[in-house]
Amino acid sequence: MKARHLINYTLHLADNALVLGHRNSEWTGHGPILEQDIALSNIALDLIGQARYLYQYAARLMNAAGDAKSPVTEDQLAYLRDSWDFRNCLLVEQANGDWGTTIVRQFLFSAWQYYFYRELRGSRDGELSAIAEKSLKEVTYHLRWSGEWVIRLGDGTEESHARMEKALDQLWMYTGELFLPADYEQWLVPAGIAVDLAQVQPLWAARVQEVLKEATLTVPTAMAQKGGKQGRHTEQLGYLLAEMQFLQRAYPGCEW
Amino acid sequence: MEKQHSWPLWEIFIRSKQGLDHKHVGSLHAADAAMAIENARDVYTRRMEGVSIWVVESKYIHASNPDDAAAFYDPANDKVYRHPTFYDLPDELKHM
Repeated sequence: MKARHLINYTLHLADNALVLGHRNSEWTGHGPILEQDIALSNIALDLIGQARYLYQYAARLMNAAGDAKSPVTEDQLAYLRDSWDFRNCLLVEQANGDWGTTIVRQFLFSAWQYYFYRELRGSRDGELSAIAEKSLKEVTYHLRWSGEWVIRLGDGTEESHARMEKALDQLWMYTGELFLPADYEQWLVPAGIAVDLAQVQPLWAARVQEVLKEATLTVPTAMAQKGGKQGRHTEQLGYLLAEMQFLQRAYPGCEW
Repeated sequence: MEKQHSWPLWEIFIRSKQGLDHKHVGSLHAADAAMAIENARDVYTRRMEGVSIWVVESKYIHASNPDDAAAFYDPANDKVYRHPTFYDLPDELKHM
């Protein structure tokens, strides 16, 4: 039972990183200016790198549990699962929208990932703890970069301020889910393996409020949408997977 | 239209792990110094090139004029006595 929960938890973290990494990669070649195109592509690569470590670990756990007929690989987990198998939060699958929306999505998620990984470093699972330690350095920069952009655009022109308010209103409803433990988390928290999200929530809220205040943006209040962590997604994920998985679906096992 | 693309240009200097001094590596656009440093981090240090970044807005760099090259540099050509190569150094002295 514990093995199954740990697999789901690892997949949840991997899917978060892969889906947001893929979303960010959609900006590559389309960024508002060359330097920022590179910055966001770097963040995409960081996230996909984190996803790889987590998928590799999940694959090892699945193979050890022996419930698959043939050995599971990281590529299968990324490219051959359907949307109901993905356990990422709804926030990360939301469409890029304009630059401001992408920035708000990144900031809200990086703030969560930052405090989350800080806690995960203390996990009793050595593998997760090591991945958290390594990823935290990357996420520290993502949070700094996206936070500065939130302030720049929020406290910018009338137009940029209005767009940021709109983006916040659109995305805020997906932040509640970040702190709702799924069944697999409820099992793993007492074992000292998963992060207790109740510890992360106040830290996240304080950081987000501080930055939004400096950006002269209002903190929205909206009903929380949930379900992503259990595989119930918004329509956005289907389109994302259709594009991301196309090649492996059309040409199984293809390499280049 | 001009205004949309008016982020100033910055010259980027990076100190690598091996070197002691910052070396010019290129230039980029940024809205202010803080963004220029972050952009430099993203554009010029992705392959572990650096441990320290300096940025200077390009307009503050004053350069010599290539047309002056003859007057500036050629006169040094025939003045070998300016090089400290005419001294007999004691054998004990190393690394000169």
